[in-house]
Amino acid sequence: MTARIGVITFPGTLDDIDAARAVRSVDAEPVALWHADADLRGVDAVIVPGGFSYGDYLRAGAIARFAPVMTEVVRAARRGMPVLGICNGFQILCESGLLPGALVRNAGLHFVCRDQWLRVENNETVWTTRYDAGAEILVPLKNMEGRYVADPATLDELEGEGRVVFRYLVDGDASQRYLGIDSPNGALNHIAGIADARGRVVGLMPHPEHAIDALTGPSDDGLGMFLSVLDALVAA
Amino acid sequence: MTSTQPALGGRIDTVEHAAATPDHPQPYRELGLKDDEYARIRDILGRRPTDAELAMYSVMWSEHCSYKSSKAHLRYFGETTTDEMRAKMLAGIGENAGVVDIGDGWAVTFKVESHNHPSYVEPHQGAATGVGGIVRDILAMGARPLAVLDPLRFGPADAPDTKRVLPGVVAGIGGYGNCLGLPNIGGEVVFDPSYAGNPLVNALCVGAMRVEDLHLAHASGVGNKVMLFGARTGLDGIGGVSVLASETFAGDEAGGGRKKLPSVQVGDPFTEKVLIECCLELFRSGLVVGIQDLGGAGLSCATSELASAGEGGMRVELDRVPLRAEGMTPAEILSSESQERMCAVVRPDDVEAFLRVCAKWDVIAVEIGEVTDTGRLQVHWHGETVVDVPPRTVAHEGPVYERPVERPADQDALVADGPERLARPSTPGELRETLLRMVASPNLASRRWVTEQYDRYVRGNTVLAQPADSGMVRIDEETGRGVAVATDCNGRYVKLDPYQGAQLALAEAYRNVAVTGAVPLAVTNCLNFGSPEDPGVMWQFQQAVRGLADGCRELGIPVTGGNVSFYNQTGGTAILPTPVVGVLGVIDDVRRRVPAGIGAEAGETLLLLGDTRDEFGGSEWAHVVHGHLGGRPPAVDLAREKLLAEVLVAGSRDGMVSAAHDLSEGGLAQALVEAALAGQTGCRVVLPADVDPFVWLFAESAGRALVAIPRSEELRFTDMCSARGLPWTRIGVVDPASKALEIQDVATVDLAELRAAWEGTLPALFD
Repeated sequence: MTARIGVITFPGTLDDIDAARAVRSVDAEPVALWHADADLRGVDAVIVPGGFSYGDYLRAGAIARFAPVMTEVVRAARRGMPVLGICNGFQILCESGLLPGALVRNAGLHFVCRDQWLRVENNETVWTTRYDAGAEILVPLKNMEGRYVADPATLDELEGEGRVVFRYLVDGDASQRYLGIDSPNGALNHIAGIADARGRVVGLMPHPEHAIDALTGPSDDGLGMFLSVLDALVAA
Repeated sequence: MTSTQPALGGRIDTVEHAAATPDHPQPYRELGLKDDEYARIRDILGRRPTDAELAMYSVMWSEHCSYKSSKAHLRYFGETTTDEMRAKMLAGIGENAGVVDIGDGWAVTFKVESHNHPSYVEPHQGAATGVGGIVRDILAMGARPLAVLDPLRFGPADAPDTKRVLPGVVAGIGGYGNCLGLPNIGGEVVFDPSYAGNPLVNALCVGAMRVEDLHLAHASGVGNKVMLFGARTGLDGIGGVSVLASETFAGDEAGGGRKKLPSVQVGDPFTEKVLIECCLELFRSGLVVGIQDLGGAGLSCATSELASAGEGGMRVELDRVPLRAEGMTPAEILSSESQERMCAVVRPDDVEAFLRVCAKWDVIAVEIGEVTDTGRLQVHWHGETVVDVPPRTVAHEGPVYERPVERPADQDALVADGPERLARPSTPGELRETLLRMVASPNLASRRWVTEQYDRYVRGNTVLAQPADSGMVRIDEETGRGVAVATDCNGRYVKLDPYQGAQLALAEAYRNVAVTGAVPLAVTNCLNFGSPEDPGVMWQFQQAVRGLADGCRELGIPVTGGNVSFYNQTGGTAILPTPVVGVLGVIDDVRRRVPAGIGAEAGETLLLLGDTRDEFGGSEWAHVVHGHLGGRPPAVDLAREKLLAEVLVAGSRDGMVSAAHDLSEGGLAQALVEAALAGQTGCRVVLPADVDPFVWLFAESAGRALVAIPRSEELRFTDMCSARGLPWTRIGVVDPASKALEIQDVATVDLAELRAAWEGTLPALFD
């Protein structure tokens, strides 16, 4: 029996088919979840994918957190269900209170789409066990509001508890070094992704679901996240 | 459009009233209609038109919608399309977009359109709604939109106004396309002074469907219901096509009366994304008989085109249209260009199911009328008839002009002023300096500042995207079947010789598709020209159309559709004639795509395919170094292009080619730089002993490509070239250990220095 992993679609969600493809590519079963249904259809884990839920005209993720399906996700996450938020999904998890901090507009004020090196800072979350600690992975980054911010106390807590899961590697790419870009978006402490205290809810701005095959992505480095959660679910 | 208010004291002008008041003065000139055009409308109707009818005719008979100046010339595309070319086409010119059969039961549709004038007035929204419009055209064929490309042209890179226009256009395309969830996989960014007051913002969309799912814009089946769905209708974009796209800017401030919103529409990509998913679900559920998007000329266009393509009659209850402004008149509702709207024809029994699907997606949908057999398009407003016309006279039987055509008097002088007199670099030091200067020049520098603002990954099927020669997307995940698309046009070549220049644009797009391993299959075009009232411009237009059509016949690939944009000029000065050509190719398995970057294999030989001649007319070198435009453009040999493409495709299919890159603007030097930087690998180049290094490095002879061949395949590949009669020259080796481009006896430049020159230009100008 394989794991069933839910992929939520809000109006305006864009990367749901990519997330479902990533789930399939590790031989798990993707289960489509609809924003208006307060029903997780018995899934073992949930992915909140990228896009512009409800258009994100107010503030990224601000409306999506009120969707009936999110009430169920929050409830399930509190019980320990693995939840992954990618890009807009990360923004929604922050708005929902499952993860601390917020994502604001990139320092350069432009939408940024590029292949981005990341360092895996914590390989003990349920979504990152397949990576070596300190591994460097190449994954697409694409967003307008990707700059992670939090108050100093929260940052201290995240850093102190090892809850920074991914960090932008600003020296990894010669072309970026030349451009003098310190970080792709000005995120505090170069934070690309974080986890909750139990390491079961993870949110990140870059897109591991776009890095599952070197044919269509810069690498297949993103597969590790989906394999990791599958390990945890099959072992459970 | 302010006409509806004053004369009638706020009363709506009905057919009955119009018949009773034949002498009521009408502001047809302000709406862009000529005296004889207005007289013809009166003839057709046997009375004066109502305000609403006048609004419909004026927008539908505008240059943008009626192709009145171009129609006579565009017929040539049909005349030159052979049965063999037609065989692959499932739908062609005249539909929302052309459709071609790519095999395995897949059909692909693609089209490029202009949104030039709105993008100058309001760069962000103008460009955004250009993307939205072309995407709905593709959707209206029953296809899922797969990707977009944007051919863009601006004034000088360092001009102050370019700093206003370019960032706005790029942010508009990105803001709309990214939110829509369509990967942006290519296009062009070109700078030239002629575009300073008139940038070109063209947008191309490609979509795919199963062959049996093709939907055409037909309103067939008497009694079927006409459904309007998507966004509400507002006051934005009223008269957009008649005012903006059909006249020069001078004098577009006509009109008084009540305050209007700007003629540029405002886009809402979220609504469009939902509309796409909603439409696709409606198609899947078999609930749609015919469909049409609402773009330029809004409901006027959609209802008259649907009606005239079907049984020929339609009744519309205009007061049912959901509005977002109060007190809109019938004329305003009919000509509003509010975005994100579609019009569908639905069987009566399916209306309920149709509304259910729309409700699921929170899409507003209303039944606004039905298909009739009256042969008339009849529009009612609160029980009174405000439009009663034969729909074909609105949609298809607009005026056709045989505009005067005359070769410009200064054309001979332009051609006579060749590049031979220009001083050329000769010493290694001068050549090195020229190389770096060229690489950093605005037209050759990296487009990363632009393309990094576009999502190229969404949907997970992008195999190649900028800066690749062509964008490539996978269509079938099982088989790996996919398509490649490239757009090209060098307006300087077209200026020097419109016939040959158009063929060079075709040849380059064709080559850009073939270097990635795809087989070129079909052509779309966006013909951007100056004023058709200028006989010299009409000559450029006529020559370019003939060149393109003759070229397509020679290559055996049909033109499936396109768009004409006239009046691209600032004051009396026209833009460089710019017939942007898009070529679509098919590849059986995208895993065999050939990238541009060298160094993928351990040992590679660099070959230059084709002939290099001393050709600098219209070249980037003459432009950058001497600011010169004159002489003859490079020679074009389409038989050679075809042979080159066959060799490149065979090389990809048999795994003989590890990298390939088209040679075009900037010549071999530019191709080497781009291939080395893309592959992050250095190479050693040794030019033949008896050649002029300047000519070999910078000439822009057509029909050439740079390929990297794994050592193990070299003999097999060169034997194939020789056997087929394709000239090839071994010009060097890829050196994985090297971090430099080393051109023996000329220059050695570190890749870091090249990258700095190549990537530094646009950020320095626009950040």
